[in-house]
Amino acid sequence: MGIVSRGFQGRRRDDDDRLPPGQYLVEDFPVLSAGPTPRVPRERWEFTVGTEDGRTHRWTWDELMALPQETPTVDLHCVTKWSKLGTTWQGVSLDVLFEDVESAADHALVHSYGGYTTNLPVEDLLDGKAWIVHRFDGEELAPQHGGPARLLVPHLYLWKSAKWVRGIHLLDEDHPGFWETAGYHNYGDPWREQRYEGD
Amino acid sequence: MRGRLPWRAARLREVRVETATARTLVFEVPGWPGHLAGQHVDVRLTAGDGYTAQRSYSLAAPPDGELVALTVETVPDGEVSPYLTEVMEPGDLVEIRGPVGGWFVWRPASRAPVLLVGGGSGIVPLMAMIRERRRVGSRAPFRLVYSLRDPESRYYAEELRRPDPGLDVTYLYTRAAPDGVSRPAGRVTLADLAEGGWPTGFEADCYVCGPTGFVEAAADLLLALGHAPERVRTERFGPTGG
Repeated sequence: MGIVSRGFQGRRRDDDDRLPPGQYLVEDFPVLSAGPTPRVPRERWEFTVGTEDGRTHRWTWDELMALPQETPTVDLHCVTKWSKLGTTWQGVSLDVLFEDVESAADHALVHSYGGYTTNLPVEDLLDGKAWIVHRFDGEELAPQHGGPARLLVPHLYLWKSAKWVRGIHLLDEDHPGFWETAGYHNYGDPWREQRYEGD
Repeated sequence: MRGRLPWRAARLREVRVETATARTLVFEVPGWPGHLAGQHVDVRLTAGDGYTAQRSYSLAAPPDGELVALTVETVPDGEVSPYLTEVMEPGDLVEIRGPVGGWFVWRPASRAPVLLVGGGSGIVPLMAMIRERRRVGSRAPFRLVYSLRDPESRYYAEELRRPDPGLDVTYLYTRAAPDGVSRPAGRVTLADLAEGGWPTGFEADCYVCGPTGFVEAAADLLLALGHAPERVRTERFGPTGG
């Protein structure tokens, strides 16, 4: 047990087993990002997947909308300690987008409009674990939450769910992204409290 | 890869009253490795039965040996901040982990002009930068645009009143301006940032910190003025984010 703070009681959270260690529940939807909010018009938006041998797969907004849509309801966990449970999104599973992508790469580097990047293993994008989402709670995704479209990888801390997503590069070697080179953990599993480098 | 950031025991040494609801807490943290202005820490509280709660807080001051200063605003009905601001007394212990964050920081080697835009408690990491500039004797020109509700909610009021060559301070009051201030109370505008900031040709580094709505508005205005997006760094605070 850690050092006891005299007089601290805390607010018991009814031991919600959906809450990873060190997290607390919020009802609103906090916004965290490193710079100004990019505004990307849908007619100029595109999403690409680039493979390790240099091929690029490309989708326009209309092409993304024409793909099979899913409405995952998931819990969100931010490294700054808040968690938001039972959020509902609409978007396209990465499994659908990767159907025609031939690649043996193990690593993915995600790029955003605005220059943000984040890395994760390819296997964390597949098998129903990740989506490109464009609606939240039945509404179009607001720019401050990553609209028009963001990546959603709910089993990792939220900084991996890149806002304003623009593309994914598949790579033979791991390439740490923006926060991963600024002291944060390379993988970011909330259940193992992988917040910072070395955790 | 370095080792895991350890939790360190932090003993409260001093409490300074900033406003009716904000306190600066100065902790002694044996083994503290130092930090950059703009970084933050995680604070962990443990109750007698082992229950713990963690939150992140910006560092309010530059490195000073083993002293770590946080300025904490009481969040009504909060779990951690009321303990820090109302219950803790000098001698009491918490645990602190850090420093954390390598983006929203000002490095003393930088000569570029700096524009600090703070809303409410968003002044805290910006004040660490102002104090760091003074501490190292930097001549980088700083401008601070500080948006706040009314004169009573001003943090660091006395210190910011003292002359600090190379630092210009502009206050924007959103609800009630003091006598003698000609700008009507209201939210930050393009003109405020044009007058209180730097011409875009100066290629200033801009740091914007405050509640989400404020940061969104101020960052958009800086872009509208022509500042390059990559020179605008933001940190968003909210009752639930900080």
